[in-house]
Amino acid sequence: MAAEDSHEDGHHHHEETFISKYVFSLDHKMISKQFLVTGMIMGIIGVSMSLLFRLQLAWPEKEWPIFEALLGKWGVDGVMSPEMYLALVTIHGTIMVFFVLTAGLSGTFSNLLIPLQIGARDMASGFINMLSYWFFFASSVVMIMSLFVESGPASAGWTIYPPLSALPQAMPGSGMGMTLWLVSMSLFIVSSLLGALNYIVTVLNLRTKGMSMTRLPLTIWAFFVTAILGVLSFPVLFSAALLLIFDRSFGTSFYLSDIMVSGELLSNAGGSPILFQHLFWFLGHPEVYIILLPALGITSEVISTNARKPIFGYRAMVGSILAIAFLSFIVWGHHMFITGMNPFLGSVFTFTTLLIAIPSAVKAFNYITTLWKGNLRLTPAMLFSIGLVSTFITGGLTGLILGDSALDINVHDTYFVVAHFHIVMGLSAIFGMFAGVYHWFPKMYGRRMFKGLGYAHFWLTFVCAYGVFFPMHFMGMAGLPRRYYTNTSFPMFDDLADINVLISVFAIVGGIAQLIFLFNFFYSAVRGQKSTRNPWRSNTMEWTTPVEHIHGNWPGEIPEVHRWAYDYSKPGADDDFISQIEPLKEGEVETGH
Amino acid sequence: METVLKIVIGILGVVAVWQAIRVFEISAKIKGSDTDQDVNDKDNKTQGFLLALFVVGLIGSFFWMVSAYAPMELPKSASVHGEDIDNLWDISMGLIIIVFLITQPLLFGFGYWFRGKKGRKAVFLEHDNKLEFIWTVVPALVLAVLIIYGLTTWSEVMNPSKDGEEPMVVEIYSKQFGWTARYAGADNTLGYANVQKIEGANVLGVDSTDKFSADDVVVTELHLPVGKPVLLKFRSQDVIHSAYLPHFRVQMNCVPGTPTHFQFVPSVTTADMRLDEHVITKTNNINEIRKAKGDDPYEFDYLLLCNKICGSAHYNMQLKVVVETQEEYDNWMKDQRAFATLTK
Repeated sequence: MAAEDSHEDGHHHHEETFISKYVFSLDHKMISKQFLVTGMIMGIIGVSMSLLFRLQLAWPEKEWPIFEALLGKWGVDGVMSPEMYLALVTIHGTIMVFFVLTAGLSGTFSNLLIPLQIGARDMASGFINMLSYWFFFASSVVMIMSLFVESGPASAGWTIYPPLSALPQAMPGSGMGMTLWLVSMSLFIVSSLLGALNYIVTVLNLRTKGMSMTRLPLTIWAFFVTAILGVLSFPVLFSAALLLIFDRSFGTSFYLSDIMVSGELLSNAGGSPILFQHLFWFLGHPEVYIILLPALGITSEVISTNARKPIFGYRAMVGSILAIAFLSFIVWGHHMFITGMNPFLGSVFTFTTLLIAIPSAVKAFNYITTLWKGNLRLTPAMLFSIGLVSTFITGGLTGLILGDSALDINVHDTYFVVAHFHIVMGLSAIFGMFAGVYHWFPKMYGRRMFKGLGYAHFWLTFVCAYGVFFPMHFMGMAGLPRRYYTNTSFPMFDDLADINVLISVFAIVGGIAQLIFLFNFFYSAVRGQKSTRNPWRSNTMEWTTPVEHIHGNWPGEIPEVHRWAYDYSKPGADDDFISQIEPLKEGEVETGH
Repeated sequence: METVLKIVIGILGVVAVWQAIRVFEISAKIKGSDTDQDVNDKDNKTQGFLLALFVVGLIGSFFWMVSAYAPMELPKSASVHGEDIDNLWDISMGLIIIVFLITQPLLFGFGYWFRGKKGRKAVFLEHDNKLEFIWTVVPALVLAVLIIYGLTTWSEVMNPSKDGEEPMVVEIYSKQFGWTARYAGADNTLGYANVQKIEGANVLGVDSTDKFSADDVVVTELHLPVGKPVLLKFRSQDVIHSAYLPHFRVQMNCVPGTPTHFQFVPSVTTADMRLDEHVITKTNNINEIRKAKGDDPYEFDYLLLCNKICGSAHYNMQLKVVVETQEEYDNWMKDQRAFATLTK
């Protein structure tokens, strides 16, 4: 330890160039900011796309000059083409799921918090960490490039089911756009694996003295388990993508059989499109928790700190993270109940899927109990965390409907599903991300964000989020399928037109409200109030480092850890928080063990 | 000229944003909010109040939506198994609504009641085994009931009893972007078909040398006799489609290269369904909207929709379904031509 310390001490006297500090940085704190800003840019693109297709859905007969300006030949005379509509929903989904809520969320907070909260100088491998970011960057660039190819970007839905995604004859987006999508995702998977391996090794090996696994903050538990999920599931997506690349480019028939498309008889035989779905969802379902668990981890930390109370049931929280992670690997078939899969298999997947409700319920109840008799400091981060618990419950509950194969028959692929997954994983995860940004902004930039703007941002976002997705349940129950360019072709859906307008108005207001956040973020980063070392009076170790970032995080030796992260308002203590590095007082009983 | 104008507008825009930021800065300075980002009791009070207000609004609008959107929902099930599904739906929905109505007020209520005040101390409560035991076991028990009920229903829907009447076999054929139906005819067996055999008028690729194919009937409207089990067999020519019959609570993917099927019993004729109160209300609502837009009036019909993204016209891939009495069905069938006469 000592040798390493002196080595690191020598390190931060080095003169750093602009390139090594801001571009090809090896420092986890800078890499975390790179992930965050890239994720935010991708988020702006992804959300803007959703606003475009919301315009189309609410006012299908109107002409929007903005379509022509932005979409060119796919928006002639202000009318969006059906091909472009499908491309927008596809890329919106891809960007939000992978680029914002996987890389943006995990990449930012795992990188920032894992070394700081476990008491490490940096990630196990700074170089691999840098590679992870730059693969992600390259992947983002390729994905954006794919928007500009002549035949249009990938349009087969973010789940890219073949044969639709495999055959350029089936839709223009399955040409060059799909090729670039696959290249981009392959780079993304490399980035994700490099990052995840680093997180796992760092958590296992670089914890400071006294930081046992049972003293880890729940954030770290969540990031750690998330990384394991990623390592186990992303390679399967890669194999699915690889076989698809073979089918597309080298004439194989993994997913293709007996097809005649636009008058052309294909020679492929013996393949099964369902195989792709199995491989895809073997990643796809854990992916939901890769997105959600970090958000839940962040929430645990933010709620406990701001309730001035220990998180209720720490061990049960860790247990439920592990249980959810385990179960997430054996439920993928609930996306495929009506693919013609053997009904017995459907029964098994229904059983395992509904089991997830138990650890999820434990988590929800524990959050609520943590608030009980607290002394709540309602910061913007705290509000977003409470918002997350609310959407986690609302969206989780409809999971009991969709996970039940018999009920899934009639709402599968309808707006009921759109409502469910946007609320439970989209909103919850994005709220977790916002909570994390508001909470750790002082750690990232040494300054404070404006609380007033934070409040305005929260309330507009929260109300609009419910306003957008709650009514969609009712559209689904009216039988409206998702991914319809317009529902005017079916008179039976004519009475849903008003709901579509309502949803789009909420979406536009909510989208514009994000400008408040962007302003608050960038303005505060430069001119916000300077932060103190521990602005939230928090227990975790990141707040024991100096405000100014230094290489190696702590000047001098890394402090030793003596207690768990949740000694808030402990009886007998002088203050309502006790840092993890504070030794036990004489006669003090250690809690949380 | 236009470019100059655009540049000027651009510059003015930047200046406007810059000025807005200055105004923000100065007003923040005057209010003192630029140097005090710590949350105080006043903030807690306001935000706590807003949390309470929000949950009232959330639950209020929930009930409003339930009543306002009820007329838009699908009518009662038009199939026998659909009634079981609807019962399961009602019970599951009732349950989750109860949980929703308990947990959301608790969450936001605690946010309001325990909003921070100077001098108050939070209780130190790290865990409570009894409490945690209760909220692990109670959901587990409730889920056990749901799982058993759900699986029983699923298994009954998916494995219809073999003792009853032999189901009528109909093939539903999908391609970009339309549906075709093929009746198995008097032998109730579909002739062999494969995309390789598609030629001219034989759009489904039916093998004319197969003896079962001669009496097959190819149509573009699905007619079903009421009360008689029907076995739909699905085939796709190009990409995955999904045959979605929402009124019958039936859905199954059509997968190229992999046959799928779904068996059910239609229980309400189209004519009877048109007399259903819910359907009448919904149809009237729709026709008011259509009248305002100048569209033709709508009459209720069962439909088969595509519910799996399949390409540019995915949003308009429909097949009319008619449920009628055996007599009406027989009359309709009489007018259809058998496959053998089509190709000759």
